[in-house]
Amino acid sequence: MGSLQEKPRLRLGSLVSGLQEVYESGRTRELAWRRSQLRGLLRLLSEKEEEIFEVLRDDLGKNRAESYRDELGALVKSVNHTLRNLGKWAAPEKAQAPLVSFPATALVVPEPLGVVLVFSCWNFPLGLALEPVSGALAAGNVVVLKPSELAPSTAAFLAATVPRYLDSEAVKVVEGGPEVGEQLMEHRWDKVLFTGSERVGRLILTKAAKHLTPVALELGSKCPCIVDYLDGKRGRQVAVNRIVGAKWSVCAGQACIAIDYILVEEKFAPILVWFTLLSRIGLLKSTLKNFIATPECMARILNAKHFQRLSNYLQDVKVAASVVHGGSLNPKTLAIEPTILLNPPVDSDIMTEEIFGPLLPIITVKKIEDSIRFLKSKPKPLSIYAFTTNEKLKRRITEETSSGSVTFNDAIVQYVVEGLPFGGVGHSGFGQYHGKYTFDMFSNKKAVFKRSFLIEFMFRYPPWDDSKIRMLRHVFNLNYVGLLLGLLGLRR
Amino acid sequence: MGTMEEKPLLGLGKLVSSLGEVYKSGRTRDLSWRQSQLKGLIRLLTEKEEEILDVLHHDLGKHRTEAFRDEVGVLVKSVKNTLQNLQKWAAPEKAQTPLVSFPATALVVPEPLGVVLIFSCWNLPLGLALEPVSGALAAGNAVVLKPSELAPSTAAFLAANIPRYLDSEAVKVVQGGPEVGEQLMEHRWDKVLFTGSARVGRMIMTKAAKHLTPVALELGSKCPCIVDWLDSKRDSQVAVNRIAGAKWSTCAGQACIAIDYILVEEQFAPILIELLKSTLERFFTKPEYMARILNEKQFRRLGSLLESHKVARSVVHGGAMDPKTLIVEPTILLNPPLDSDIMTEEIFGPILPVITVRKIEDSIEFVNSKPKPLAIYAFTGNEKLKERIIKETSSGSVTFNDAIVQVYMYAPSCLSDRYGLESLPFGGIGQSGFGQYHGKYSFEMFSHKKAVLKRSFLIEFMFRYPPWDGSKLGMLRHVFRYDYVSLFLALLGLRRR
Repeated sequence: MGSLQEKPRLRLGSLVSGLQEVYESGRTRELAWRRSQLRGLLRLLSEKEEEIFEVLRDDLGKNRAESYRDELGALVKSVNHTLRNLGKWAAPEKAQAPLVSFPATALVVPEPLGVVLVFSCWNFPLGLALEPVSGALAAGNVVVLKPSELAPSTAAFLAATVPRYLDSEAVKVVEGGPEVGEQLMEHRWDKVLFTGSERVGRLILTKAAKHLTPVALELGSKCPCIVDYLDGKRGRQVAVNRIVGAKWSVCAGQACIAIDYILVEEKFAPILVWFTLLSRIGLLKSTLKNFIATPECMARILNAKHFQRLSNYLQDVKVAASVVHGGSLNPKTLAIEPTILLNPPVDSDIMTEEIFGPLLPIITVKKIEDSIRFLKSKPKPLSIYAFTTNEKLKRRITEETSSGSVTFNDAIVQYVVEGLPFGGVGHSGFGQYHGKYTFDMFSNKKAVFKRSFLIEFMFRYPPWDDSKIRMLRHVFNLNYVGLLLGLLGLRR
Repeated sequence: MGTMEEKPLLGLGKLVSSLGEVYKSGRTRDLSWRQSQLKGLIRLLTEKEEEILDVLHHDLGKHRTEAFRDEVGVLVKSVKNTLQNLQKWAAPEKAQTPLVSFPATALVVPEPLGVVLIFSCWNLPLGLALEPVSGALAAGNAVVLKPSELAPSTAAFLAANIPRYLDSEAVKVVQGGPEVGEQLMEHRWDKVLFTGSARVGRMIMTKAAKHLTPVALELGSKCPCIVDWLDSKRDSQVAVNRIAGAKWSTCAGQACIAIDYILVEEQFAPILIELLKSTLERFFTKPEYMARILNEKQFRRLGSLLESHKVARSVVHGGAMDPKTLIVEPTILLNPPLDSDIMTEEIFGPILPVITVRKIEDSIEFVNSKPKPLAIYAFTGNEKLKERIIKETSSGSVTFNDAIVQVYMYAPSCLSDRYGLESLPFGGIGQSGFGQYHGKYSFEMFSHKKAVLKRSFLIEFMFRYPPWDGSKLGMLRHVFRYDYVSLFLALLGLRRR
């Protein structure tokens, strides 16, 4: 069976050992098996499309188009990319053997790690589950997926569907809450990928330490968005489209790569927020109203707990006073209006914690360059965004800040550029995936060195004398002439 | 100052924050700074060569030539290789962007992690310290090195000389025992590399978890050596040279990549053992040609491996141990019991069990019955067997017809672009650890590959945004399927409105 309910302490043990046997049988290493799994995923994604839209709407109120753009479509693209490149990624790579080791062949051979565990988060419950799973399968591993119980419809969908489209003995879905996650971590895994909060990440890492299980953590962060003065009207509009899209159209801001807050020059803030020459309503506000025209255009807040967390941010008097747009909350429907704040206190919770919701603080700075210092005062984020045409500023941002990624003049889209690694640094995590990086994350790059008996240098071995140390020097200095002469001399 | 003594709980806090400041100043990111550090290391290794060979002899009784071969020579080569390739490794790499995002540039930009901590082990106290340090510096980090206190002369040497040859504000050596290691781990680091035992590795990782510090572990394992029938007498002799070198000439077998035990067909075993005996006699004409056992504790450990009656009975060569000089004779065993300690624990000493199998292919199953090792060695001319070993086993590395030398593999960089990678990665898997280094892998171990995407305002697709309708979903489908023709037509269709 492909799924298990909570409290299966004994069964988890036999699950893990069963998977070990499947891996040891060698079938997941075959390229043909891996391709069949990837094709199975593609079939799942196309045949079950309607059901996928339903469960994502069920769990998060996502509109079909948003679900397709952020989860389904991105997955299809990614799995196709993996299928196309699998042969190349799985092929051994030649390394050049130094002349002194002639004749020799050196290779780096990718091999699967074995049995891996993927924890996915609730905000992109399909994407954050199947993206790493597809890479782990491509790398030839046996996989256990533990989807977040906070997106129960998607979790149930995965538990029911994955065994039907993939090799149900080699790919398991284990449902349940934190206790199940803890029980899973009582076992050793060849790799664990965890996407979620820092708090749980720490727990995972601590449990992993007991078994020396290698872990990759994709954690949250406050992703800043620097907005420089932009000249043309069109440039400004496009920038604002992308900012609005990257806040409110991405799971209502509940995304690790959503824009958390904006940094803008004092002079430019009014143009952004309040008014343009031609209209009475600010660019940001007007675009927001156009895009999030009806409540269905924005995803839902996950649950009461998150709703409470977000409304608590606004309870701080000074923070509430800084609201310049929106701000209304409906505890019955858990709806939070898209909200913009201007200069809430920088020590308030909304400016120190990851917001993960539809509230956008705008912080003004004197000169746009000051934004670099501001964002450096905070932990390294997953993504830094900057809307600017100033090449010098771009260079300074790239060179003086550290983050998982930097995107100029757009946001979120770095997620779908297959050639770019996705992952955090510092408090936003460690380990990168997407595209080939996922394949590598779940692979062991085995070094293979083939030598011959043809040439044997006795100066490698004792008994020692001065001439041998001289020959070794020649070897390490790639002094082939000296080496040759020495060898001739020795042989005489 | 560059060094600190034990119990500096307050001092360590200041050390860590001062390194943070140095790193934030940005100076370690400059390529010229990194090059100066690498050059400083090369100068240290060449100017202080005599002293280095002395301290290695002091700590481990290594003969100068062995010390040069395994720690100095290979290290100089590695650092020179890093220096030559630094610019290339540190350069941003272009990544492909999908046509639909045109115009766009995508780059992967390597950047330093920040302030990193390196723990080195006692058996290759110079090499295991400075190899990763050189990679961390090349990557632009500030570095703290905690050398093993079990090799005190080398630790003291490093503490005295690193501040003289390198930037003493950005590269620190912290001396001391396990308590100092624990105190260091109370702080957050941007990366920790630990080389040593699994027991301590677990402790390091547990402490690292509190701060979400990324860790790389280089642990031990039992490295098996499969010895197949070799056709010619010469080939057999060459193989035995290499086996003897990889066991007894490498810190007396106290090395994570030393051959731990041998697997050989029943019929070939006697021939192999005779060759081993005669080769040992030829190589180790004087006791000083083999390194010393580290200390009494390790000596006793090795002694206890031979205590069991059945194990003692399986000794076919050597077996003598002198507690006064801490010398253990090169010892060969034939088929000790498989459940004995000597066959379940990493030996880390000059004792070599030879296990016989019916057919050489059975050795694959045997190897797989044990935890994944750091290195698998196999001496064979049988291409099919080689393929099976590569495919059916898992390890950090596999080396055919030689041993240890996989870590010397640094090719001249002028050729590597056309002919392949310049070095092989070094690291374990499973119980032998995780994280790889050496050469470019060291640079990458201590780097973060930052994704940089630059887009333009030129082309804007409104179908990315709400409010939603069926046509937008259709456009998104075209985009994700790279169906540019349909996309183009649909865009035209949309615009006609």
